Amino acid sequence: MATTQFLFSGFGGQGILFAGKFVAYKGLTENKQVSWLPSYGPEMRGGTASCSVIISDEPVGSPIVSKPDVLVALNLPSLDRFEKDVKPGGYIFADSTLIERKVERDDVNVFYIPATQLASDNGIPTLANMIVMGKMLKELGDYTSEGIENGLAKVISAKRADMKELNVKALELGANS
Amino acid sequence: MADKVLMKGNEAIAEAAILAGCKHYFGYPITPQTEIAAYMAKKMPKIGGCFLQAESEIAAINMVYGVASTGKRVMTSSSSPGISLKGEGLSYMAGSDLPCLVVNVQRGGPGLGGIQPSQSDYFQATKGGAHGDFRMIVLAPASVQEMAELTVKGFELADKYRMTSMILADGTMGQMMEPVALDFDIKERPATPWATTGTKLEREHNIVNSLSLVAEELERLNFERFERYKAVEENEAMYEEFMTEDADIIVAAFGIASRVSKNAIVEARKQGIKVGLIRPITLWPFPKAPFEKAANTAKAIISVELSMGQMIEDVKLATGCKVPVTLCNRVGGMIPSPEQVLEAIIEANGGAN
Repeated sequence: MATTQFLFSGFGGQGILFAGKFVAYKGLTENKQVSWLPSYGPEMRGGTASCSVIISDEPVGSPIVSKPDVLVALNLPSLDRFEKDVKPGGYIFADSTLIERKVERDDVNVFYIPATQLASDNGIPTLANMIVMGKMLKELGDYTSEGIENGLAKVISAKRADMKELNVKALELGANS
Repeated sequence: MADKVLMKGNEAIAEAAILAGCKHYFGYPITPQTEIAAYMAKKMPKIGGCFLQAESEIAAINMVYGVASTGKRVMTSSSSPGISLKGEGLSYMAGSDLPCLVVNVQRGGPGLGGIQPSQSDYFQATKGGAHGDFRMIVLAPASVQEMAELTVKGFELADKYRMTSMILADGTMGQMMEPVALDFDIKERPATPWATTGTKLEREHNIVNSLSLVAEELERLNFERFERYKAVEENEAMYEEFMTEDADIIVAAFGIASRVSKNAIVEARKQGIKVGLIRPITLWPFPKAPFEKAANTAKAIISVELSMGQMIEDVKLATGCKVPVTLCNRVGGMIPSPEQVLEAIIEANGGAN
């Protein structure tokens, strides 16, 4: 896979930007070309927060993802807004605790993860985002414990090192869901 | 090579400035460049530098004026409406022949406009930016790595020619993260015998001032200044060419527009269209040479901009109107899509194959 374009989307506070950073850093440690571009401004307060991540074997052109290969939707407005944009044959990962409807398209690969429920059942209520990341990496064939360790080591600051184990737990939960 | 880290463009500017020896930052917050100030606020106290959030943009640029007159590296940053407020100070510093670095992370205008990315301050940056005859060196980064590199370059050029360097970025460049390596060779600064650092009773007073009431004298200062500007034009133009060797169609674009254009060009090449990109890295001095060449080899030029068509005027001047130059644009915070640029390329090539 030469280039993968990701679009992560959800409410502000769901850890969308963090999830995107994790994926970007994971790519960086694997010597890929990467870019990460957040939505900013009023969009971040309330409405839909999103971020574009591109992982590529070649230099990244435009950092703006308008036709994602992979859409991660953590709330209904995100799915409503971006479902139509996913490339045919692409992937949609949806948090089915918060999104009650099904994906309408039949030309994409869809995975429903009850991430918010799983997170709260397992005592990690703030890590639904990383549960979805675990599932996403697994389904994309990109889940290795080394890759995860490397990505997390870069994205979690030294001060928050205690969070690393919980993130691993969340990723594993997602991968095994 | 140093380890690459992921940084926002705004943060890369701040870190590069510190590495370049800038210990004085004055600013006033405004989206989408506030990360520069935030980074400086955190870092400056740790290195014995000065971060000061001024009461306004006007105050900040005049603090820059003050530090610049002492010969120290100094900078400010803002976004479009804030840069307009700094206009008076920019003109005074030009009139006083002082070096400094000013960053404009552009947003949509005019007026307060919006906060999404734009390139509509091109005229303001490249054609003067305030009253009086003066120029600024204008650098247009197209990656986070360049946000850092051109910051260092900007300080060097400002010192070399005793003038303002401006980084003309946009909201996308400021907000996006990319890998960046911060292993620069920082050159030694030229001496600043003009700086107001105290005579110690050992030399004549240095006077830094932009007021000159004798017309003959003011004329002479202008002529001298423009001799320096001429040297900048002759020596400092920078640009990148991408797939131009055999190109029938040339896309002209800088900053984020050049990134979008590259996607479109790669796609157009797959369709057999010979198209390439000229990306000005300095907007002033404008890199005329590659456009003069293209005027004799290409059959059309497309200027891709996040404005109503500002750089297009320099493209037309540089090509002497020998080839048609058309505009492909979005404005107000919108960004052209690769598909839109591809369409413009196909049209310039004479329509669909």
